[in-house]
Amino acid sequence: MLRAMVVGRRFDRQAGALTRQGRLAVYPSSHGQEACQVGGVLALAEDDWLFPTYRDCVALVTRGVDPVEVLTLLRGDWHSGYDPDRHRCAPQCTPLATNASHAVGLTYAARRKGRDTAALVLMGDGATSEGDAHEAYNFAAVWNTPVVFLIQNNQWAISVPVHRQTAAPTLAHKAIGYGMRGYHVDGNDAAAVHAVVSRALAEARAGGGPAIIEAQTYRIDPHTNADAPQRYRDDAEVEAWRRRDPIARLEALLRAEGVVDDAGMRRIEDAAEELAARVRERLSGDPEPDPAELFAHVYAAPTAQLARQRRELLDETREG
Amino acid sequence: MAATTLGGALNRALRDALAEDPSVVVYGEDVGPLGGVFRVTDGLTAEFGEDRCFDSPLAESGIVGTAVGMAMHGLRPVVEMQFDAFALPAFEQVVSHVAKMRNRTRGRVELPLVIRIPYGGGIGAVEHHGDSSEAYYAHTPGLRVVTPATPADAYSLLREAVASPDPVVFLEPKRRYWDRADLDLPVRTEPMDRAVVRRPGTDATLIAYGPMVATALEAAEEARAEGRSLEVVDLRSLAPFDDDTVAASVRRTGRAVVVHEASTFAGYGAEVAARITEQCFHHLEAPVLRVGGLDIPYPPPHLEEYHLPSVDRVLDAVDRLQWEASWVPDVPPPPPRRAAGRAEARS
Repeated sequence: MLRAMVVGRRFDRQAGALTRQGRLAVYPSSHGQEACQVGGVLALAEDDWLFPTYRDCVALVTRGVDPVEVLTLLRGDWHSGYDPDRHRCAPQCTPLATNASHAVGLTYAARRKGRDTAALVLMGDGATSEGDAHEAYNFAAVWNTPVVFLIQNNQWAISVPVHRQTAAPTLAHKAIGYGMRGYHVDGNDAAAVHAVVSRALAEARAGGGPAIIEAQTYRIDPHTNADAPQRYRDDAEVEAWRRRDPIARLEALLRAEGVVDDAGMRRIEDAAEELAARVRERLSGDPEPDPAELFAHVYAAPTAQLARQRRELLDETREG
Repeated sequence: MAATTLGGALNRALRDALAEDPSVVVYGEDVGPLGGVFRVTDGLTAEFGEDRCFDSPLAESGIVGTAVGMAMHGLRPVVEMQFDAFALPAFEQVVSHVAKMRNRTRGRVELPLVIRIPYGGGIGAVEHHGDSSEAYYAHTPGLRVVTPATPADAYSLLREAVASPDPVVFLEPKRRYWDRADLDLPVRTEPMDRAVVRRPGTDATLIAYGPMVATALEAAEEARAEGRSLEVVDLRSLAPFDDDTVAASVRRTGRAVVVHEASTFAGYGAEVAARITEQCFHHLEAPVLRVGGLDIPYPPPHLEEYHLPSVDRVLDAVDRLQWEASWVPDVPPPPPRRAAGRAEARS
């Protein structure tokens, strides 16, 4: 788990650097939220599904998706770069909370096949205000599908603080109204996140119904590279959360338990550097997207209209 | 041959799809024991059980969103939106996910699902029960948008929609649910993406779909009495659009009127008119005209007859297609039929 978090943060830092170099169109950082994303994903079984948002790149890397394929969306050469079925990871969702009901439908379909596939939906504090979050919670509870909604409450929805999103005492309280279990967990404690997500998944799989887990964490970096957080939050707040860094905390715990030492940490950091170097190298060139592919995946078979537009575009690009 | 209603043909199509393919599920609001507010799912829960046809919570976005997840994982959901305007909460799911999933995932994930939507007016219902929002869906790449006008097509198109690897928005003309035809089911008609000539003619082409096909056919019948031969094309598929059939008809007749219930401004008819102009310009004797609903929010039931295109309004448009008389200066155009009354207009 520590290894995945260190690798994840290094990946995150590399992606940020690539964005500043113009290699990525945009990058929403996971820095500070590694305990949620790694702790949550490592609780999933092989057949379970992950439903991530655009801010969950570290979760996808932890799930084993090729880091370059994770970055396809943000590099901008296609929308989603990985095979959802192969990794049991839905495409990263940008319209907030809209993929939550997909998880409900997917686990419903799995149950129809006689499988106990569960799903973990990652969502932010802002997303809980969306109507689609409400509908997904309600469908999951009524249909008793094994879906765990992990709310990474990172305190800020771009510039809007969580107290402007909800009057509920906690986001976990929302579970009560849907007749499901609600958990509140320290989202910077990876072991705690892993334990509570594992428990919620096990209960859901056993027919105990879905659950909402609110994990209290913090978005250390700006919303994306285009954000200006100094306009809405104090550095002192960020500093206070830096002192609760989830990686430092897990490392301290594992060192105290004698699970990891200096040499172990060096091996982890070497692995992280190696991954970063590979990502850097593979993204060093310019992407060469094929304009003909624009028409390839609109319908199962291209319509006459699309075939005509494809011909015209290819003529145009040849002339150009 | 048995008399079959359009609604009954849809019911039979769902029944046969459920029987043939265990991956088909039907759900939505009140589609279970009640059989849907229009009874299109009548008897399906009793016959196939609550696993195959069931009531869901009353939330359209959730209905379509869960269908996306089911279709991602091997099921073929057929969901019902109770009325056209009540499908709007699901619009984001339809546009951002249903239409785009294949594209976003580079063809790795397809969504074989059907969203059934009773649409259009003419049933004397109160507000939010008579809308025609086909243009929104047809404007969205990645969706197939289909609408039957006859009981035979209702059966055949719905079977084809359920079997399609692409998501289909299936628009059911609610005022025609009770239209009857002598028909033996199952029946297969022309392929889903083809328009058909419902009535051959030589002087002008009426292009219609869904609820307006019957109106166009009635107009063609009246026109015959007046000595004009009108061809009627039933589009059936609004997306993709069958350019070949439409263009061939208009090239033969040289004149075209597009008829739909939806408001005319920026409506589906604008696309049809533009495509005909682009492809048939040298064959046209007159500008392509549109007969649609007024550019107003859907009116209350006692006023809907003024909004909905009538046979008279269609024939008035045909009169305006620059026939020889209208080229002669100082000859006033014929008065509109509704104002003048049918008998006077004919005299």
